[in-house]
Amino acid sequence: MSEKDVKGAEFLEIAPRVSWFKRFRRVFFSRGVVVFGLVVIVALVVAAIFAPVIAPYGPYEQHLDNILAQPDLQHLLGTDSLGRDTLSRVIFGTRPSLLVGLVAITIAAGIGMSLGLIAGYFGGTIYAIIMRLVDTLMSIPMILLALTLAIVLGGGLRNIIIALGVSMIPPYARVMCGQALSIKENDYIIAAHAIGGSNRHVMLRHLAPNCFPPLIVLMTMQIGGAILAESSLSFLGIGISPPAAAWGAMVNDGYRYLLTNPVLSFAPGVAIMLVVFAFNMVGDGLRDALDPRLRGVI
Amino acid sequence: MTAYIIRRVLQAAIVLVLVTMAIFLVMHLLPGDPVLLYVSQEELATAISEEELAHLYHKFGLDKPLTEQYVDWIWGVVHGDLGDSIFWGTTVRDEISRALPISLYLGLMAFALGIIIGIPAGVVCAVRRGRWMDTVVTFFANIGICAPIFWVGILMIYLFGLYLGWLPIQGYTSPFDNFSLSIRQAVMPVICLAFMGLAGNTRQTRSSMLEVIQQDYIRTAWSKGLREHTIVMRHALKNGIIPVVTLAGMHIPRIFGGQVLVETIFSIPGMGRLAVDALFSYDYAVVQGTVLVIATIVVLCNLIVDISYGWLNPRVRFQ
Repeated sequence: MSEKDVKGAEFLEIAPRVSWFKRFRRVFFSRGVVVFGLVVIVALVVAAIFAPVIAPYGPYEQHLDNILAQPDLQHLLGTDSLGRDTLSRVIFGTRPSLLVGLVAITIAAGIGMSLGLIAGYFGGTIYAIIMRLVDTLMSIPMILLALTLAIVLGGGLRNIIIALGVSMIPPYARVMCGQALSIKENDYIIAAHAIGGSNRHVMLRHLAPNCFPPLIVLMTMQIGGAILAESSLSFLGIGISPPAAAWGAMVNDGYRYLLTNPVLSFAPGVAIMLVVFAFNMVGDGLRDALDPRLRGVI
Repeated sequence: MTAYIIRRVLQAAIVLVLVTMAIFLVMHLLPGDPVLLYVSQEELATAISEEELAHLYHKFGLDKPLTEQYVDWIWGVVHGDLGDSIFWGTTVRDEISRALPISLYLGLMAFALGIIIGIPAGVVCAVRRGRWMDTVVTFFANIGICAPIFWVGILMIYLFGLYLGWLPIQGYTSPFDNFSLSIRQAVMPVICLAFMGLAGNTRQTRSSMLEVIQQDYIRTAWSKGLREHTIVMRHALKNGIIPVVTLAGMHIPRIFGGQVLVETIFSIPGMGRLAVDALFSYDYAVVQGTVLVIATIVVLCNLIVDISYGWLNPRVRFQ
């Protein structure tokens, strides 16, 4: 065996030694927009937690001598018709947005993934029943369904979360079901059955963990979707009860003063877009890093 | 193929029955009393007697057991009677036949715009991958799927309606009454509605075209000496378009959802506005009617997409 061959063999051995985490990190951080998205998300979380420290004024603090002020050094984004500082309200608005986004997605993903896993694992009649129920949810446009549920339940933070959580179930159920259907054909699932694993054990210990990668991507992206939907509902007038700061409602309030104070509508709109963009980009980055084959599927 | 079509039609029928049950239960089981809301608005000054209240419940059939109310409603639906509106005193059928054409008119234009611009833009991006054009278009597509459409609408109202004064900022006119005004009024709502579909179609076309372009048969086509135009249009696009068909089908409910917002911003008396008004006044018969009609259209579109998909890609027929 020549020296060259030995070197080649070494090279072959070294290649797979790059750890999963290292490769993940390299791919994930390779795109500028993904890093940008991550920075935005971190900044928002910080803004939400430390809102009272960061915001120059309180969200309900009225400056009645200075209503509908144009942006200046005192009020960087001006004030609204009640003399409240727009910048402070945008900063405080991160709280309900992130809260609704995270909790609604947790509910939707929890229910949707359980349904999808059960449907995909058992197949047959159970699959048919669950999938028809999911189709039913899907046949009503998401915003309309969420709006109906929110109005019938009566608005407020908790009910908005429930309404969005239920309306956003379908994609999780479908993706999870598709994953479970293809992964359960693997030898290790058959082996797990062969050594006497119960349905529950095989489903939760062997099947579910291997279904996760695309769902993590979906969840990340859908947080943006949930925030967008929440802002749409609060724009329509059903949402977090006023005077609490919600971005959608702020866009709607500012609409009336569009000609004189466009910044009242523009600022919260930019905030919504930035958050959704950030979550989408981080989702994109996660997808590329976890499994590039998912490109185009999610 | 026939078995596949029959199976899909049956599934669609089951889903529609489930939709009627779901929307009926949601509107009737959860708290909120349409009659009390109606009374409180109509007869603010005069107190209403027990008998009159009972009469109203009876008039709208709300004194019957829930199952009987459901059967009555379904019986009406099957015979083309969707019930009466509590608030407007009209039949739900009249309201929907007035609102639906408006929404279909705007929705179809938005859908077509999403395909006519979105697919070519995606193809160009894939073919010129990494060039400035790809970067610019992909950037805008990425932003497009994030923008709240109600906010895009407001931006456009500010720019084109108020600042430049080019377009009317609200209202709807039938194209048969005044064609030029109708088109001018439709421009902004249609762009708003098309926004998400446009961005989604561009992204999807780009990524599926990129995948197809790397296939062996494309290399073969190049080595045969075919022109780029032929390769892209005849060889790549045919296969690259399949996932886009599914995605485009999925955008139909999104367009209806978008109409809920867009029709509110631009004061257009379509289905979305009807649903919102009915929901806020708890006019359950109108809500049930509009949701059922929208869901039926969505289910039918999905059926058509699935069947055409089964025709394009024989493998799915056996799943």
